[in-house]
Formats: sequence, C-alpha cells, structure tokens
Amino acid sequence: MLVNRKLILAHFWLAFAVFGIALTLGAWQMFIRSPIGTWLSNPELYYRSLTAHGTVMGYVFPTLVAMGFGYAISEAALQQRLVGVRWAWAGFWLIVIGSIMAVIPIALGRASVLYTFYPPLIGNVFYYLGVVLVVVGSWIWVALMSVNLRIWRKAHPGAPVPLAMFANVAGSYLWAWTAVGAALELLLQIIPVAAGLKNTIDAGLARIFFSWTLHAIVYFWLMPTYIAYYTIVPRAIGGRVYSDTMARISFILFLVVAMPIGMHHTFADPQVGAGFKFIHSAFTALVTLPTFLTVFTICASVEIAARLRGGRGLFGWITALPWDNPMMLALAFSFVMLGFGGAGGLINMSYQLDTSIHNTQWITGHFHLIFGGAIVIMYFAIAYDLWPHLTGRELVDLRLIRTQLWLWFVGMIVTTFPWHWVGILGMPRRMAYFDFGDPAIAPQALSVTLSAIGGFILLASGIMFIVILARGMRAPQADAGANRFALAVHQPATVPVALNTHALWVALMIGLTLTNYGYPILNLALSEGTSVPAVYVGAQ
Amino acid sequence: MSTRELFTLTNRHFKASVGIFAAIFVVTAIAGFIVLPFAQPWVQFANVWDAICSAAGVPQRAASVATPEQSKRLSEVVLTSNTLSRPSQEAIGRGATLAQRCAICHGPTGVSRADSPNLAGQYAAVIYKELHDFRTGARTNAVMSPFAVNLTDQEIADLSNYYADLPRLPAYHPTPQLPKPNIVIYGAPMRGIAPCGSCHGSLDNKTGSPWLEGQSEAYMKAQLQAFASDERRNDISQQMRNVARAMTPQEIEQAAAYYASQPPDIVKAVD
Ligand code: HEM
Ligand SMILES: [Cu+2]
Repeated sequence: MLVNRKLILAHFWLAFAVFGIALTLGAWQMFIRSPIGTWLSNPELYYRSLTAHGTVMGYVFPTLVAMGFGYAISEAALQQRLVGVRWAWAGFWLIVIGSIMAVIPIALGRASVLYTFYPPLIGNVFYYLGVVLVVVGSWIWVALMSVNLRIWRKAHPGAPVPLAMFANVAGSYLWAWTAVGAALELLLQIIPVAAGLKNTIDAGLARIFFSWTLHAIVYFWLMPTYIAYYTIVPRAIGGRVYSDTMARISFILFLVVAMPIGMHHTFADPQVGAGFKFIHSAFTALVTLPTFLTVFTICASVEIAARLRGGRGLFGWITALPWDNPMMLALAFSFVMLGFGGAGGLINMSYQLDTSIHNTQWITGHFHLIFGGAIVIMYFAIAYDLWPHLTGRELVDLRLIRTQLWLWFVGMIVTTFPWHWVGILGMPRRMAYFDFGDPAIAPQALSVTLSAIGGFILLASGIMFIVILARGMRAPQADAGANRFALAVHQPATVPVALNTHALWVALMIGLTLTNYGYPILNLALSEGTSVPAVYVGAQ
Repeated sequence: MSTRELFTLTNRHFKASVGIFAAIFVVTAIAGFIVLPFAQPWVQFANVWDAICSAAGVPQRAASVATPEQSKRLSEVVLTSNTLSRPSQEAIGRGATLAQRCAICHGPTGVSRADSPNLAGQYAAVIYKELHDFRTGARTNAVMSPFAVNLTDQEIADLSNYYADLPRLPAYHPTPQLPKPNIVIYGAPMRGIAPCGSCHGSLDNKTGSPWLEGQSEAYMKAQLQAFASDERRNDISQQMRNVARAMTPQEIEQAAAYYASQPPDIVKAVD
C-alpha cells in the first residue's frame, strides 16, 4: 500500500537529479587531473567542483534516498497511511532550499572548503547554513518515522514490528544522533566564524566533532542497501530471509557500534590521545560483525531461493539462481564490491597500516568502491523495485537495466582498482594537478588514465539509469500488485521486546558515545590556547 | 513485556548487552591506557596515573628544554581582522603625508623609478607586515631599515592603508608581456612548489603575500635568491624560503622576468 506516491517520487527524483549532476562533476575531476586532460591552470575550479561533488554525494543524495525509501517502507511495511504528510513535504522543501543555498556560494568560488569543511578554512556562511537546512529537513523525517511506528504499535500492541520498518527506524535514529557531531561543529564553531562574530577556531576540536559524524554517516548511507538485501532481494528472487532474528541483531549492532569508533579518522591527529585512538580502533573491529552476519544470512537466503528452484550440490545451486533478474545481479555485484572494499577497510582501521595509506588516493578509491559501488548499486536496485509501485507502470526493458548494472559494476572496478594502486604508491588525494611529465610519477600515468576511463563508464551507466527511470514514467500502465517485503523462513510470531524496540540500543549508542568521546571533547573545549586564526576562502 | 521492563536486570537482553559492551570498554581501556603505554620501552612514565594521562591526551608541559638561541629575529607581526579594516579618509590622509618621505625611492605615485618595489595598490597587509619586520629587524636593508625603526603602529597602519588605496599603475618601464613559464602556472608539485598565483594574487591571495605584477625584475630576483640562501628570513613558517630553495636558478630568472613584464591590473581584486 503506497498512498503518498508523489512524496516518495519527489524524493527519489530530486536525489537522482542531483546525483546526475554530481556524477558528471566527478567524471570531469577524474579527467582533468589525469594525463589525458589538459590542466586549466586554476586549482580553485577543481576545488569548487570537488566541494559540490562531495557535498551532494555525501549529504544530499543518500539522505534523500534514505528518506524516500523510508516513507515507502513506512506505508508498505506497516500497511498504514503516512501520518504527517505536510511535515514530510516541509522536510523535502527544506532540503531543496538548503541545497540551493549551499550550491550558490560553491559555484561562486566562495565556499571551496570541501565537504569535510576543513577548518580553519572558512567559506561563505550560506554554504554552512544550507548544509544545516538539509540536516534539519532530514531530522523531520527521523521524527516522522518514529511517530509512524509509534502509531502502528498502539494499533498492534505486542506484535512484531515488520523487519523493514524496524531497520528503517534504526537507521533514522543512527542518523539523528550521528548528525549531532557535525551540527555542533557547524553551529558552535564554524558558523560563528563564517558570520564574522569570531576570527579564531579550534580546528582540532572541530575535527573530533566531524569524526563523530563521519563514521556513522557511512552506516546511514549503508542502511537502505542493507534493508534492500534483507527485505527486497530474497522476495524478488523467490526466496526467504534465512533468519529474522539475525537481521534484527545486525541492525541493532549497527546502531550501537557505528558511533563510538569515528576517531579511526583521526589516527594521525596530535590532539587526540593514543589511548582513545586504541579504544576506537578496537570498537571498529566490532563493526565488522554485523556485516559478516549479513553476508552470511543473505548468502543463506539466496541459497534457499536456489534450492527452491531446484538447485543441487555444494555449489551447484549457484547456477540455479535467476541471473537474468536485475535484483540478483545487483546483489552479486554489490557483494563483490563489498568484499574488496571491506578488505580495504580492514587496512584503514589498523593503526599502523593506516599510516601508509592515510590521505592518499587509496582512501578515495576505497570509499568510491564501497559507497559509490556496493551501496549505490543497491540504490539503483531499490529504485527499480519501487518504480512500478510508484508510477503504476512497468519497467519493461530488463535488458537495458542489466546493461546499466553491468556497466556500473565494471566501471567501478576499472575506476577504483587503479585508484587504490596509485594510493599505495603514495599519490596524495585532494590534489588538483599532477605533473605526469615528472619521472617520479610518470609510471602512474597509466593507472590514472584507466581510472578516468572507468569514470566515463560510470557516467554512461548513470545516464542510462536516469533514462530508464524517465522512460518508466511514460510506459504503459500496469498493476504492479501489492508492494511486499521478503518473508523469513520462520516468520516471527513474537519477538523479545529488546529486538522489537530501539530504546535499549539507542541508550547504548549514546552511552558509548559519552565514554568514547566525552573526555577528548571536554579536554579540548576547556583548554586554553587551542584555537588558531581562521583562513577565509577567497579573501585577503 | 513493555519497554519499562526492558531496562531491568531481570531482562537478560539488557543484562547481556550492557554487560558485554561495558566489558569490552573496560578491557580496551585497560589495554589502551595502561598496557600499551608501558609497552613502549622508549617512553618513561613516573607511575600508572602518568601513563593514563598521557594516553588520554591530557595536555602536559613539555620538559623545560632550553630553546636554542635564535641568532636572527623572526617575524612577530600579528594581524587581526580589525587591524586594517575600514580605514577612514583621515587615516589615508595621514598615510599620504607620511609617504612623502618614501617617495624618493618608491616614487611619488607609488611606482618606483629605481629598482625598489612599487607600492601603489599593494595589499595593505603586505605593507603592514614588511614595515613591522623592518622595524623589529626581522628583515633588514641598509636603506629601508632606518626609515622603519621609528614608525609607530598607527603610522604603519596609516601608510599601509594609504598605499593600498592608490590605483595600480603600470610599471615605469613596462616591458613586452612574456608568456607564462611552467614554474608560474604549475609550480612544481613533485618539489612541493605550488603555482605562484595560488598565494600571490592571480588565483588566490594568502594574507601577507604581495602581488608581483610589474615589480622590478632585479628586485624580485634578488629577493628569491635571498630567500633561497636564508639571507632573508622574515617569511612566516619558511613559506617562501621552502619554495625558493627548491627553485632552479633558471626558474628564478624566468619567474622574475615574467612577473616584471605583467601589467598590475590583472591582479585579483580584494574584498
Ligand atoms: C563517475 C563516477 C565518479 C567519479 C569519476 C568520481 C570522482 C571523484 C573524484 C576525482 C574525487 C576527488 C578525489 C580527490 O581529489 O581527493 C571524488 C570525491 C568524492 N566522491 Fe566521487 N566520483 C564518482 C562517483 C561518485 C559516487 C557515485 C559517489 C557517491 C555516491 C561519490 C562520492 C564522492 C565523495 C563523497 C567525494 C569526497 C569529496 C571530498 O573529498 O571532499 N563519487 N570523486
Ligand atoms: Cu570511518
């Protein structure tokens, strides 16, 4: 049951429109700093583009996807009309206004600070205010998800919350809390300086606040993907979820251990004590747990589908899978990229290994593989799955969809593998220009060229994706039937209250944030002499 | 079971989850704050508390090591956003009066007829910094230093605002415009040299860096050589010395000749 289709479609369309723009900028960045582009002699233009690309891909695009998908889940999984539709539209418009507000100073070259803000670099205040509005808009969504679940619970006392909604609300709580770090950084530190009320800033403290957001935001990006793994893929390929409980445990583990680990982004920072770095590193090791659980559960669920289709043997069942089904294909590609990206992540989280790849192109290669690859390919899958329900029309050209997914997968591998490689060789990230005529980096010209070619493959795939969705708006009408989520092998009749509510896990999330962040933040906030003069973008 | 019963010790999920995470925290804290600090034989701790404080990142006074005597003075300029903001007409007028004594070398319109720098339309922060450095001795010059030693802070600010207010006139002996050499457009990334314009105004301006268009070739060459040889050292954090040291003598000549041939009106405007 999807009533507010317009609302959901608006979120998806805005998400994919800004995605298309940012994707084009990304491909341009790759090209212009590769040996096949002629450099423009102006690094500032590169950083403008980079700020726009990062801000859209990191904040606007995934947030809109999570929101649109969240509204769809709330209506379809709970079988209940969305309550607070006006509020939802208000949140949507806040994001529209915020994005426009942020993009104007970026385009004018007044906010080339990159999406990580980089204080003491300070850009135009409207850039930051725009980002704040985007976050506020998404907080409305968080509140609505919580309210809608509460209303459903009242009507169904004691009944197990459908898995999709349980996970969706977990993701929204994670986002609500993790965004607080960047919000504190923006409101207490950066915006006062950008508005001219102060001219010094504690850059070390700002980095700690940002790390509070930076890790868990990754899991917020990941949530729609994991929800799709558990609740869309098994149904779409004719199987069942191997274990409902395992799924719930994975999602609550994300809630608890995604937060107290962000300082693995500050291993090289002198203002953080080594003891805290160690604790964060150890907790980071824990976060692999829900991913391993998920990979196991989903593989088992897929195997169920294969055996139901007559698959036999230890591995022979793999051939029985519906490989022409886009959902199957997307899942397989996503898992391969998750596997490689995850292996890279283990290197990043290790204190010593990290030093050799810190701030190199390895990092950008890594997060493009995981985020742009494993995660975004499932965003495509979500859109393909929901589109017929949202438009009342069928997506007819499955071959085109498969080609699009293949291109994204191949493009991502071609882009990111050489990207990792040049990082290991020591090429720094966030550089506008490389002189490949210099004998010291001439051998890397080939790898960087390959990456750039991969970027164009991705751009082609992205354009195809948007074309498919646009054509889907005009296809012949067809009834897609009810929008259902995957059932578990043993559909739970009752669920222990701990696995049916979020309170305990939210409490643990906040508690661990206090233990792991409390002292480092207070220490810097209360120490004298930790601020440095602000450096204003584009000003004398 | 309701949520109220969730947070009680009789709920095994509560007991187990809180217990497990508390245990993980305690174990990692003991490892991170006690075991690992002492596992570093090259660091000495007085006691366990000392090790914990160190691992927690408590700010500590560095052992009082005598700082080596600085043989030459370094720049001590402090510039806040109020130092030079919004000069009054009166301040600029005072600057104009004071500037009469500068005119012998820097020209009556702020454009030099000798090989001294042109000051007309130079960034205020630049003039402010150089005059300060001449006054403290961080930068020395037989001709310039005596003029600067007796200036007050107010006089320095007035002079800076006056010269910044003057129009940027073309150099006295303009040469035909030369094409950009590589060192100017690209810098030399492998040697850690950014493009000159990323600080000196044509792409971006970083506080304290002058624009260079139309300055005397001989003067710029001499300054680059002085930076390279450490003879001039008033650049903050060795920003310019690091660049000049990594430049080849040929690049120094190219850069000086290129900038000398440029008209100053292409410099990026300042807010
Ligand atoms: C055509 C495909 C893409 C290409 C060629 C591309 C390229 C790039 C490049 C060159 C950078 C800058 C790296 C640096 O200089 O350090 C970058 C940064 C980034 N990209 Fe992409 N990108 C693409 C797609 C994506 C996708 C699909 C996402 C995520 C949805 C994404 C997210 C980001 C983010 C968050 C940054 C960081 C910005 C920053 O460092 O400030 N990109 N991308
Ligand atoms: Cu992280």
